[in-house]
Amino acid sequence: MKLRKVITLAGTAVIAAGMMAGCSSQAEETTAAETTTAAETTTAEETTEAETTAAEESSEEAEGGSEAAAANTDLSGSISMSGSTSMETFANALCESFMNLYPNVTVTAEFTGSSAGIESVLSGACDIGNSSRNLTEEEIGSGAVENIVAIDGIAVVVDPANTVTDLTKDQLIDIYTGAVTNWSEFGGESSPIIVVGREAGSGTRSAFEEILGIEDQCAYANELDSTGAVMARVASTPGAIGYISLDVLDDSVKALTLDGVEATAENIQAGTYFLSRPFVMATNGEISEQNELVQALFDYVYSEEGQDLVSSVGLITVQ
Amino acid sequence: MTEKKMFSIKGSRKEKALVEHVAEVIFTVCAFFAVLAVISITAYMFINGTPALFQVGITDILFGTVWKPAAAEPSFGILYIILTSIVGTAAAVVIGAPIGILTAVFIEEIASPRLAAIVKPAVELLAGIPSVIYGLLGIYLLNPLMYKVELAIFRDSTTHRFTGGANLISAIIVLAIMILPTVINVSVSALHAVPRNQKMASLAMGASPIQTIFKVLIPHAKSGIISAVVLGTGRAIGEAMAITLVSGSSVNFPLPFNAVRFLTTAIVAEMGYASGLHRQVLFTIGLVLFVFIMCINITLTRILKGGEEN
Repeated sequence: MKLRKVITLAGTAVIAAGMMAGCSSQAEETTAAETTTAAETTTAEETTEAETTAAEESSEEAEGGSEAAAANTDLSGSISMSGSTSMETFANALCESFMNLYPNVTVTAEFTGSSAGIESVLSGACDIGNSSRNLTEEEIGSGAVENIVAIDGIAVVVDPANTVTDLTKDQLIDIYTGAVTNWSEFGGESSPIIVVGREAGSGTRSAFEEILGIEDQCAYANELDSTGAVMARVASTPGAIGYISLDVLDDSVKALTLDGVEATAENIQAGTYFLSRPFVMATNGEISEQNELVQALFDYVYSEEGQDLVSSVGLITVQ
Repeated sequence: MTEKKMFSIKGSRKEKALVEHVAEVIFTVCAFFAVLAVISITAYMFINGTPALFQVGITDILFGTVWKPAAAEPSFGILYIILTSIVGTAAAVVIGAPIGILTAVFIEEIASPRLAAIVKPAVELLAGIPSVIYGLLGIYLLNPLMYKVELAIFRDSTTHRFTGGANLISAIIVLAIMILPTVINVSVSALHAVPRNQKMASLAMGASPIQTIFKVLIPHAKSGIISAVVLGTGRAIGEAMAITLVSGSSVNFPLPFNAVRFLTTAIVAEMGYASGLHRQVLFTIGLVLFVFIMCINITLTRILKGGEEN
């Protein structure tokens, strides 16, 4: 009977202790779980999405990779990056191929938004902050270093039924500032123009407005908080116009040519397509001050393979 | 000795006292967690929400009408956002509450038991549908419909900014539907609690069933029904996911065919990319929302207390 009693008391004590301790350790577990999920989805998405392009690459890499992998096992540890949602496709592809090259290194990526990413790299919460815009002076002043790894194009899209196929820079400005409100003025059918954009603070929005020189003058009818939402709205609303990252462009919407130039990587590299923006992987201090893992990652990004990867996900290389 | 006897009344007093004491401690700790959560959330909201209020200026934030948080000369006026939340919530309650209350009357008084057995689970199911589903239906059904109405009304207007159907009305309709389950379920309980003899007495006096419902049952269940409406208001003002999809999310004066932004959607829409003062102002918006919801809860508590006294 005594034994029974002792066990019961011990049990309650353990439960009570567990409740106290549970909070802190659980919080850590959740964050860990989140990052792993992010990494996992990476792999799943990448295999389907970039299958065609990656298939060729990986076959090449597999040959050279087996030797390289053997040589690269001396690096181990983990790198975390966080930031721009626009850079999701690129960051996931980068994580996967880098981890193939360095099997003992774990790279995790979270997508919280450009500003949040830079904030967390500055606070030390992650190693690299992804930003789909140039850093602000305030951020550079706090120690963030702007490492441009790729250039992204912004596509202007309309609903597939729209008969307008080309806009000039001035026409685009007129539409977004609200000076022109009907498609008939550009030779389309008479239908109101529904101006769709991203929310204040979005990298795509600031890049778009900055390139056109219409910061803070835009008259949006809809301000949506993700690229996917913009695509869905434009695809389902007759007369809508929106802007999205070039690499997520698909057939549900129609991309316009700007000044007669099609939105393609070649044209952006050639400098003839004017809507483009940098993809920045910000570090807290110069790359040379980072740990060897982060340095290895940047070496990889700027290597030939890394730049092949950049173009395989629809971005434009910097070199 | 068997296990049963250990905790029986015949067991020693010491043992019992010990078990009681341990149980008491566990309960206290559990209760403490909820209180701790409330206190820490309140403290957190005030600590994070007030600095921007003074940095920008209370009147500039609360009564400013220009929301340009990321501009070169940022402006953080949230008056239109506050008004949208008030107007949107009020309109949703004006539409949703009568429908909800009458549905409750139907379930409780008019429907045959078999019909009530169909309607009641349907209402409960409505409560279980995730808010994002309401939003998706809004995008694909409500917005195109609203766009047609908009095109018809503003065909010759030169000043109207077309929104493609993502406007205040869409948001109100979605909110009105979303608060229905809350209003219905609480009203049903209130009506159910009306003593049966009240209803019988009324009928015996020769009042018709409809007269009984409106003159006896509803007045008797008044405090319960009011708390149903207040709970519905709380649900409407705190909703974010569904209306962020259908409201167009531009900051405008809350007119029926304008794209609008609510307090909740303002936070959801911009938190991801906001930095610096912009981020702090979003916390201030959270604080405003928090104060609104606190007021609603205090009202609710007052009503419930008043009901008990009666």
